[in-house]
Amino acid sequence: MLNDKDRIFTNLYGLHDWRLAGARARGDWDGTAAILARGRDAIIEDIKASGLRGRGGAGFPTGMKWSFMPKQSDGRPSYLVVNADESEPGTCKDRDIIRHDPHKLIEGCLIASFAMGAHAAYIYIRGEFYNEARHLQAAIDEAYEAGLIGPNACGSGWDFDLYLHRGAGAYICGEETALLESLEGKKGMPRLKPPFPAAVGLYGCPTTVNNVESIAVAPTILRRGAAWFSALGRPKNAGTKVFCISGHVNTPCNVEEELGIPLRELIDRYAGGVRGGWDNLLAVIPGGSSVPVLPKEICDTVLMDFDSLREVKSGLGTAAVIVMDKSTDIIKAIARLSHFYKHESCGQCTPCREGTGWMMRVMDRLVAGRAESEEIDILEQVTRQVEGHTICALGDAAAWPIQGLIRHFRPEIEARIAAFKTRDLKMAAE
Amino acid sequence: MTDPATKSPHPGAEPESFVFDPESDAVIDKILKKYPPHRQASAVLPLLDLAQRQMKRQTGSAWVPRVAMDAIAARLGMPPIRVYEVATFYFMFNTRPVGKWHLQVCTTTPCWLRGSDAVVETCKRVTGIRHFGETSADGLFTMNEVECLGACVNAPILQVDDDFYEDMDAATTEKLLDALRRDAPPPPGSMIGRQASAPEGGPITLTTLDFAAGSAPQGGE
Repeated sequence: MLNDKDRIFTNLYGLHDWRLAGARARGDWDGTAAILARGRDAIIEDIKASGLRGRGGAGFPTGMKWSFMPKQSDGRPSYLVVNADESEPGTCKDRDIIRHDPHKLIEGCLIASFAMGAHAAYIYIRGEFYNEARHLQAAIDEAYEAGLIGPNACGSGWDFDLYLHRGAGAYICGEETALLESLEGKKGMPRLKPPFPAAVGLYGCPTTVNNVESIAVAPTILRRGAAWFSALGRPKNAGTKVFCISGHVNTPCNVEEELGIPLRELIDRYAGGVRGGWDNLLAVIPGGSSVPVLPKEICDTVLMDFDSLREVKSGLGTAAVIVMDKSTDIIKAIARLSHFYKHESCGQCTPCREGTGWMMRVMDRLVAGRAESEEIDILEQVTRQVEGHTICALGDAAAWPIQGLIRHFRPEIEARIAAFKTRDLKMAAE
Repeated sequence: MTDPATKSPHPGAEPESFVFDPESDAVIDKILKKYPPHRQASAVLPLLDLAQRQMKRQTGSAWVPRVAMDAIAARLGMPPIRVYEVATFYFMFNTRPVGKWHLQVCTTTPCWLRGSDAVVETCKRVTGIRHFGETSADGLFTMNEVECLGACVNAPILQVDDDFYEDMDAATTEKLLDALRRDAPPPPGSMIGRQASAPEGGPITLTTLDFAAGSAPQGGE
């Protein structure tokens, strides 16, 4: 079990003062100027050495991402954009960071921007987080007043401006290029890559988009050392992570733990166990709605990190653990996600625009059993035709939950279809 | 009959004109400073939000009429169509009037697993609303279905205007609606007294730290 002294988000539950005075008492903004004095290359090397992988879902090495930014400006400014559009079903970790530990994020923005040669950063927060945005704006104002950001931030000689921008209710804006479009005042429709944002991003300028958690852990890593962070977790899956445990557990909660913790231990120790006991477990979606569901026999032993979950054909995603006990209609649970992706498709790419609607309608029929057994294979084939054939990953995200369902719960779908047919025959006979 | 001039689905609802009031104007100045010169279109989401809040202040209903979109287009130097397409792309802008209290029930899988059906049913029973998108006869409530609100360990969530009410069930939903009817909304957050996202019964981590002394845990190097 992770020791409290190794937890980064020491005010995760908001038990303490989230404002500047409280943040300082918890160690934030301690020696920030000295960190910046190490120079941008040293900071990036430290983040690389820590093994930090992006906390927004894809798990790309954060230090490497920062290193893609131009070392010399060609006249265009560089930008850091923080993705606080947290909307992946099951995920509610950035919300806690923003409302209870906003100064960790702000300090991280300064350090990361400095390391990337950016004098300005935008935080794009989902519109529904209205009260959270108020906390964050108040914390930004405090940081300006205290000289921690703004001209000559922390007395470092680096000028840095930080702006908060609220979204307005579109899941797709969590995709980094859609987010940039939205920030420019347009519909949130993803851009083709390349060019990548590090070359052509916000306002056509070099831009890096990072998740809230990735940025907020950076100051602590740089204060306590890359070796401290990389010693936590497992090889290539370093550090701590905020897990969100929702669904059919006795005490749903957020908790910061080491990557690589066994799923069962995570649920039993922190979330009070599965409702009705571990043997009452049906399935778990281990990393937010976009990753494939896992049946109990895999949940018995799987570890919660990027590589372990990929090995079982799922993913860590955002580390949002959605637990379903045996009372769950698993077909309906996944069908509801199909509704979600249909609703959130931006409509730009045909396979996604048409495919999400088609998959949703077939899933709805499977919930009732009003289908033929052959349609399971047709549905599976259609998910393959959507996956990888769209500009952004929303198409993939819509396909994977259905693929997971068919891979692990095909007998349930077939039984549902058979039951519907039997009912039909009986009614015909009567 | 629909007014052909405005294409409004609510005849008479579309106001003749919209002008940002002094309260909004003061905020607009601050918003525009966030974006570089010639990039003022970035302010379109904040200004749509501002217009919706001003409508709530002035008419009691939080929505964005077309004339407000036109005012925003003029202010930002954008063709009106660019504002219309943004206003209709993003889910949080109401392009039709809503009731005094906007009930937004999350029914995505994590909320559904924890009983969002009961929240929806209770909202319907208590307000008389029959389906999503409808406004109650007394004009007090509009209920909409929303996708994941990002508070899933406190599911199910009922968002009322800007506030999240968490850990809901049928009983707390009924109590909340009753309070709204009396114009006395309770403080947002967990309706069963949880400390934010900590497990029910209290945190079992972060219990050994003492910040009173002003010292933070140090380690590593």
